[in-house]
Amino acid sequence: MNRLKKMLRAAGLVLLIALVLAAWILLPWWVLLGAAAAFALWMLLARSGRQAASVTMVGVSTLSQRIGSSSVVIVGIAGVVGVLVALLAMAEGYRHTVSSSGDERTAIVLRGGSAAELMSVMTRDAITTIERAPEIARDADGRPMASPELVVAANLPVRGGGADEDGSVQLRGVGDMAWAVRPDLEIVEGRRFEPGKRELVVGKGARRQFTGLDPGSELRLGTQPWTVVGVFESGDSMESEIWADAEVVASTYGRGSSRASVFARLSDPSAFNAFKATLAADPRLQVEAKTTLDYFQDQSEGVSKVLRIIGIVVGSIMAIGAVFGALNTMFASVASRAREIATLRAIGFRGVPVVVAVLLETMLLAALGGALGGAIAWLVFNGYTASTLAGGVAQLSFEFKVSPALLWEGLKWALAIGFVGGLFPALRAATMPVTDALRAA
Amino acid sequence: MKYFHLVWAALFRRKTRTFLTLASIVAAFLLFGLLDGIRSSFAQLGQNADGAQRLQTSSKLSFIETLPISLQGRIANIDNIEAVTYANWFGGTYQGPKNQLFTFAVAPNYLDLYPEIEVDPAQVEAWKRNRTGMLVGETMMKRFDWKVGQRVPLQSGIYPNSDGSLDWAFDIVGVLRAKDKKSAGFTEALILMHYDYFEESTPYVDGDVGWYISRVSDVRRSDAAAKAIDALSLNSPHETRSMSEQAAMASQLKQMADVGLIVGSIMGAVFFTLLLLTGNTMAQAVRERTSELAVLKTIGFSSSSVLWMVLAESMLIVVIGGVLGLGLAAVIGPAVSAGSGGMISLPPVGLQSWLLGLVLMLAIGLLVGALPAIRAMRLNIVDALAGR
Repeated sequence: MNRLKKMLRAAGLVLLIALVLAAWILLPWWVLLGAAAAFALWMLLARSGRQAASVTMVGVSTLSQRIGSSSVVIVGIAGVVGVLVALLAMAEGYRHTVSSSGDERTAIVLRGGSAAELMSVMTRDAITTIERAPEIARDADGRPMASPELVVAANLPVRGGGADEDGSVQLRGVGDMAWAVRPDLEIVEGRRFEPGKRELVVGKGARRQFTGLDPGSELRLGTQPWTVVGVFESGDSMESEIWADAEVVASTYGRGSSRASVFARLSDPSAFNAFKATLAADPRLQVEAKTTLDYFQDQSEGVSKVLRIIGIVVGSIMAIGAVFGALNTMFASVASRAREIATLRAIGFRGVPVVVAVLLETMLLAALGGALGGAIAWLVFNGYTASTLAGGVAQLSFEFKVSPALLWEGLKWALAIGFVGGLFPALRAATMPVTDALRAA
Repeated sequence: MKYFHLVWAALFRRKTRTFLTLASIVAAFLLFGLLDGIRSSFAQLGQNADGAQRLQTSSKLSFIETLPISLQGRIANIDNIEAVTYANWFGGTYQGPKNQLFTFAVAPNYLDLYPEIEVDPAQVEAWKRNRTGMLVGETMMKRFDWKVGQRVPLQSGIYPNSDGSLDWAFDIVGVLRAKDKKSAGFTEALILMHYDYFEESTPYVDGDVGWYISRVSDVRRSDAAAKAIDALSLNSPHETRSMSEQAAMASQLKQMADVGLIVGSIMGAVFFTLLLLTGNTMAQAVRERTSELAVLKTIGFSSSSVLWMVLAESMLIVVIGGVLGLGLAAVIGPAVSAGSGGMISLPPVGLQSWLLGLVLMLAIGLLVGALPAIRAMRLNIVDALAGR
């Protein structure tokens, strides 16, 4: 009979934890805020709530006596939250950099079936046909705002690498329309390249990644010398590229008059479907059009998903470790305060306030740990630049992005760990036989 | 070791606490097992003896540029070069651009230079006879549930077929298996097709190849061979860069991300956390037993044997937890790989990970036990017995 009761209680506890955690994950922040407010009201107004508040006060005010073991919980949870937030910030930064490269008003046209620009080839005829599409905006001179571009991967020496160590950078050959199609891009140092010359402008990210890309310096691509004349900034994945005149790039890399892609500024964001239909209706064209927003989002989807999954798996395993650590500490803390808690219960405090007090204390420690971990992740990693091979072809540099949403997520994890880690010790405190506990040393 | 039963008994003095400590150690070493597997499989790509013996020659301009096929004969004539083969990137996808596959169009002698890839000789013969035949890595076969003999439609992201479309079809004639399972993640996800058929069909490749692989007979003189290969095309429009396959793989991986750095810092955070939690528990355990330790000393145990007993206890608990965690990683890793159908490939926990793990366990055990052990050693019997 006793055993059955025990088993039922254990099952109930597991169910309770599962329910609370599920609600914790699913509910939006304002529902949780409401629940917290209701809880605070209960503590202020109800009799048992006031009892809980005063027991909590006792626990919190004696925290300094248990500073060693309490700081273990804090630091342990800070470690979990820090790693989790850092990994998620990496995924977030990558996604943000790549997906902010596009918008709904600009379309990219590639040869049908090509997943990326580097794989696409389009003939001069096809490009001229595309440029005639009526949905493309015109500039002041009445020319279509469409930029045929050529993309190749070039080998350059990596910054901080060995003498013979090369990395791959995306070299984009553009015409004068490229600047008009991307209004956000600006030259921050030097000037634009002059058409027909072997001159390069380099993105800020590319400059950070490779050596010898400072304005004025000369470098070799293949057998030809090139001069860097300017640096541009755009806040997106273009920053990892270097740009030059399309004609010169095409002759250096033997591409003739073909181009890889056409970036077209549409007359109106809603014109995209019509634009796509125009291209599809033309039997001479075998091309695929996407808004640049969709295109870059598709490009980043896989990697940022993998990074997120890694972050959550690693975070979960660490969280399990931290839960056991917190349990250990709180059990010890309850054991060392057994007499104190038993005294409280002997003078009439009921079980619920004691449970609430121990839980609150653990969650307070957890929240401190979560805040600490988030702060460390923010201090160390916000704006930290990393790079990876994007699409397996060229280096893309991006910044870690510790957003408020991620910090909130980290705090949620911390509180969840605190809840699980505090619940069992809290129940132990509430169910300890009073007489035994009073006699304890 | 004669005090082993004492240490053992002390370990289970408080079952709940021991269990909880063990659990957090298990979690940490589970993570270590999974991450170190990934780290070492990255580090070991191309790191075999075969990889050092092979030189990879590609365009200096960029790795997507092609090289003329006429180079093959000239490379083969270089001193120290035993055999030359070539390959071209095909850029294959299956059922849409989401499934990007590692597909190479290769020369007939390609497999001769890769002894670490195992293929049934009969299947190689079948492949050589069948122009549209392809050899497919085992993971890939499982991922799409392909069978030998099946005809599979592939799209190329780069090269059109003779009819101008990007659709191709190939017959699966054999399966590639890695001799050494460590490199299975790459080898068994590979597709090899005929260079001749590819080159004749697509209008873009006129006697051009993507890269050359050559085997040197004397590894010590491979640098000279690499230089000699590059000298062949110096100042031509097709300048080349040759390096050992190992070095090429390493520089490619370095660009992927600072995998080592990121994984390393995660492990650092994990162990710091673990150290703290376990250290705290050990300190607690010793504090609780102050009077017991004093009794031990009273009945004649020397200070140093008390020190060693506490150290042994903390090392024992870390080793037990660590071995359980690594064992769990060894079971979970392959299970995840199998469950994901080749999407994720977690390598099995290798001997190196085990050794590194064991060293770490002992070191951590020593470290977290040190403070409580020293305290136990310095215990003043009179004070301890009096409970001061």
